Amino acid sequence: MPKAGVLDPQGQAVRGALAGLGFQGVGDVRVGKRIELVLDGDDPVGQARAMCDRLLVNRLIEDFEVDVER
Amino acid sequence: MSSAERPGGGGVVAIVRFPGSLDHASAARAVAEAGGTVAWAWHRDRELPPGTTSVLLPGGFSYGDHLRCGAIASREPVMDAVRAHAGRGGLVLGVCNGFQILCEAGLLPGVLRANRTLSFVCRQVELEVDDAGTPWTGGRPAGARLSVPIKHHDGAWFGDPGEGRVVLRYRGENPNGSHEAVAGIASREGNVLGLMPHPEEACDPLLGSVDGRVLIAPLAGAA
Repeated sequence: MPKAGVLDPQGQAVRGALAGLGFQGVGDVRVGKRIELVLDGDDPVGQARAMCDRLLVNRLIEDFEVDVER
Repeated sequence: MSSAERPGGGGVVAIVRFPGSLDHASAARAVAEAGGTVAWAWHRDRELPPGTTSVLLPGGFSYGDHLRCGAIASREPVMDAVRAHAGRGGLVLGVCNGFQILCEAGLLPGVLRANRTLSFVCRQVELEVDDAGTPWTGGRPAGARLSVPIKHHDGAWFGDPGEGRVVLRYRGENPNGSHEAVAGIASREGNVLGLMPHPEEACDPLLGSVDGRVLIAPLAGAA
C-alpha cells in the first residue's frame, strides 16, 4: 500500500469518481496492490518478507503486510 | 583501445540495454555526435565493455514497467557492474527509465512515481540549472536555462533532495508533480545523474533545441 502521508493520485481519482457516482461520506481512498506467492519452504513469512525487502516493495513510498493462507 | 578506433577522440560510453529499452538508438546518435564511442552492454552482462569510461542507461519501459518502473531492471546483473563503475567515480547518466532504474538501484535518492495527473506527458519543457558544481552542466551557472523534451507517465520524483544534489529543476509549471520541481538529481559525489527530460532528443536543430548537448558532452568525454 502507499504509505500514509504519501500522495496517492490513483486513490484521489477513485475518490472523485465515487463522489461522481453519488457515494457520500467517502473520506480517504488509497489504492495498493496484492501479490500472491506460492511458497514451499518452512518459513514462508520470513521468505516473503525477504522478498519484499529485496524487490517487491519500495519502502520509501510503500508499506506491506504478509498474510499466510495454508 | 587505440585512439584510431575512437574517431571522435572522446570516451567509450557503455549504453546498457534492458528488455523494453527504447531510446538507445537516439542516445547512441547523440553520443557519437558528441565525439564519444558507443559500446553496447546487455542487462545480463556482469562486466561493462572493455575501455568503458562512462555509462548511459537509456529511456524506455524495461520489463513493461511491471511491479514498479525500473524495479526489475535495477536488480539485474549488469547493475552490479554499473554500481562498481560509479563507486570508482565514473560518470553514470540515467534518462527517464534509466533514472527510475538508478533510483530503484539505490544509486540515486528517492523514487519516481506516477505523474500527479495520472496522464502521460510529452512536450518540450524549460529546465533551470540549480547545483552547477557537478560535472554535468558544462560550466553553465546556476539559473541557466535548457530546453529539453519530456515523455513519461511516471516522472514525479519523490524523496529528500538533501540526499543528493539537485542539478535541474522544471521552470514554470511543474509537468508531473515532482517534489520541489526536481527534474534531475545527482548523487552526493555528483558523478551519477538521473533526469526525466531527454537530452538525447535535444541534440539536433531539426528537433528544435540543441540544449541536450550540454548534458551529453560530459558523458562523451568531449571537452
